[in-house]
Amino acid sequence: MAGRGSAHLGEPEDALLRIENMHVRFPSGRGTVYAVSDVSLDIRNGETLGLVGESGCGKSTTGRAIMQLPPPSEGAVIYSGDDLTGMKGERLRGLRTKLQMIFQDPISSLNPRRKVEDIVAEGLRIWKIGSDEERDAKVDEVLEAVGLDPNTARGRRPHQFSGGQCQRISIARAVVTEPDLIICDEPVSALDVSVQAQILNLLEDLKGRYGLTLVFIAHDLAVVKNVSDRVAVMYLGRLCEVGPPDVLYSDPAHPYTEALLGAIPEPDPDLRDRQREPLSGELPSPLAPPSGCHFRTRCPRADQQCTDEVPEMAPTGDGRVVACHHPLVETAVSVGAGSTAG
Amino acid sequence: MSTATSDLTATGAGHDEEPLLVVEDLSTTFSTGGADIRAVEQVDLSLERGRTLGIVGESGSGKSVLSRSIMGLVPKYATRTGSVRFDGREMIDADTDVLREVWGAEMAMVFQDPMTALNPVQRIGHQIMESIKEHLDYSKTQRQETAIALLRSVGIPEPERRLKQYPQELSGGMRQRVVIAIALACGPGLLFADEPTTALDVTVQAQILDLLETQQRERNMAVVLVTHDLGVVATRADEIAVMYAGRIVEQAPTEVLFREMRHPYTEALLKSIPRLDLPSHTRLAAIGGRPPDLMHPPAGCRFASRCDYAQDRCREEEPPLSGGDERDSEGHLYRCWYPVGISRPQTTVDTVVEETHVRSPDDPQVSEALDGSASDRHGTSSRDGDAPASAAEDA
Repeated sequence: MAGRGSAHLGEPEDALLRIENMHVRFPSGRGTVYAVSDVSLDIRNGETLGLVGESGCGKSTTGRAIMQLPPPSEGAVIYSGDDLTGMKGERLRGLRTKLQMIFQDPISSLNPRRKVEDIVAEGLRIWKIGSDEERDAKVDEVLEAVGLDPNTARGRRPHQFSGGQCQRISIARAVVTEPDLIICDEPVSALDVSVQAQILNLLEDLKGRYGLTLVFIAHDLAVVKNVSDRVAVMYLGRLCEVGPPDVLYSDPAHPYTEALLGAIPEPDPDLRDRQREPLSGELPSPLAPPSGCHFRTRCPRADQQCTDEVPEMAPTGDGRVVACHHPLVETAVSVGAGSTAG
Repeated sequence: MSTATSDLTATGAGHDEEPLLVVEDLSTTFSTGGADIRAVEQVDLSLERGRTLGIVGESGSGKSVLSRSIMGLVPKYATRTGSVRFDGREMIDADTDVLREVWGAEMAMVFQDPMTALNPVQRIGHQIMESIKEHLDYSKTQRQETAIALLRSVGIPEPERRLKQYPQELSGGMRQRVVIAIALACGPGLLFADEPTTALDVTVQAQILDLLETQQRERNMAVVLVTHDLGVVATRADEIAVMYAGRIVEQAPTEVLFREMRHPYTEALLKSIPRLDLPSHTRLAAIGGRPPDLMHPPAGCRFASRCDYAQDRCREEEPPLSGGDERDSEGHLYRCWYPVGISRPQTTVDTVVEETHVRSPDDPQVSEALDGSASDRHGTSSRDGDAPASAAEDA
């Protein structure tokens, strides 16, 4: 797994945003960090695409590269016909109202010295959207939509709110400019489970209300399953598997997906004795990722082919694609042959 | 972490010996400028050698303060009352000299964040040998050999070389293995693991929990596993205590807790967790509102304001931690006037999945509570390099 290819991409016209052969590399003191390698993804209008994987898999880097924070080293990010990677200055800034982000730590992502109404209204003010009264009304509307009472919340500062409430404020700030796409980078990881459930439900509600498309980045597979229409599993900078969550979770095709699912502690004592093979070894260094399939060094199925060839994305016939030479589910493509079929 | 059986009440079978750890009516109060914060109140616990007690709760529930209070690791402005007997000795009024003999040697703790638990400017070998030097009369060579053996036993490759390395040269999972090696160095009888895997990736978490389980079995240690994650304790603990607002609200052998939960908070917690076996877009049952302010705790049940089933009595009179209904399994205690499975149908881990998290359409959102205090965060989140905000966990 952990491969490349574009078999999983839909028709270009269905995609709100399309990532093509994206690489992200960072210079470091000890060499080049290969953070994202040859990732292609389409984000379809109105869907929630879950990006899941462990630390260092490149999921956050992918999300940020979509926003050009920083721009990818190679490849294209196509949004409404334009390649964002070539855009600069005012033109790119102009698109930022349409592409928004929500971050992991709700408290540090809000300016502690500013009032909530100013934090939420800032995007409107910068882009001179509406009159003062219209902006006020819009701020009230979004605060209410995220479950905060505008009259109490407007004049307060972030430290007067709990973590969950601060995340609601971040969400209000993101939706106020009526974006098409919101990249949610671990939006519930810092929250307690009961609050996490509130925020997940809220995101689902807002998606319907404002017609949003979401990229939901998280390490928690159960959370990702709950909110996503499609899930993309990443490992060491590459995509392993992309598909509908109900298929992917019940019947993983990639050995890494299977290992990941097997490692999750489920709140059920009956699973005490379930057979699981804990993933051994450590994540290889992104400074020198393995040849061929990035997962081969820890994969029970790896052989010579996995060392020699980067696996290509291949469909499994159930709406899912997998990049693996020896998948757990039959693919439409015979072993070895690369595929670009859509 | 040994395999669960149903006879989990901590009375040693067949002999009159007291369990390794007996906690009675333990309360911890923090005196801050104005009012007192009653972080832990009226806790009774006991734990045998070789057994694992899981303490589960959300931020501010008092779970970390409880484990630190048992160990005696509380700041000067904290007052502890009650009794903590460890290996037959009363520890609550022990002075620091005595505690220093016990810490590390007989009771040890594995902390959540391996990066801050280790000293960044000292080599790993030095940090492991420090407590051996303090407590055991070993020669330098013996200390070195012990440290190498410890590193090997916690699954660290090339232990000889690692002794000379600094913490930042290791991955997060390897660092946590070093922290565990340090905790195990003097062969403690009781190990506290306070969110030992919260800062780690899920596949690494599985490795570390397996490691703790193996070490526990080999050493016949008692383990107190503190976590916010019901999933972590479900398959690892023999007995579970659920904490809410400074109190144990339910305590039972693990199987019993998940099959016959009695407290509405335990039920709500289980229902709010996204499950792998539920279809995507399943509506989650969030718990509305927030925990009470521990400076001014409410008169009745502390969960009443968020409880779907609360009645007048719940708001006036606090229920005791008790059990004893004929439908209760042995060792099952809970604080509720109208318990689940007695006053209303039983919820279990299976019915939660069957009900597919049906929930009232009007989410009781948080707008009713705009009163400060960042209490619903758990201080985790270093997973992707973002610095964990120093959330005032349980303070």
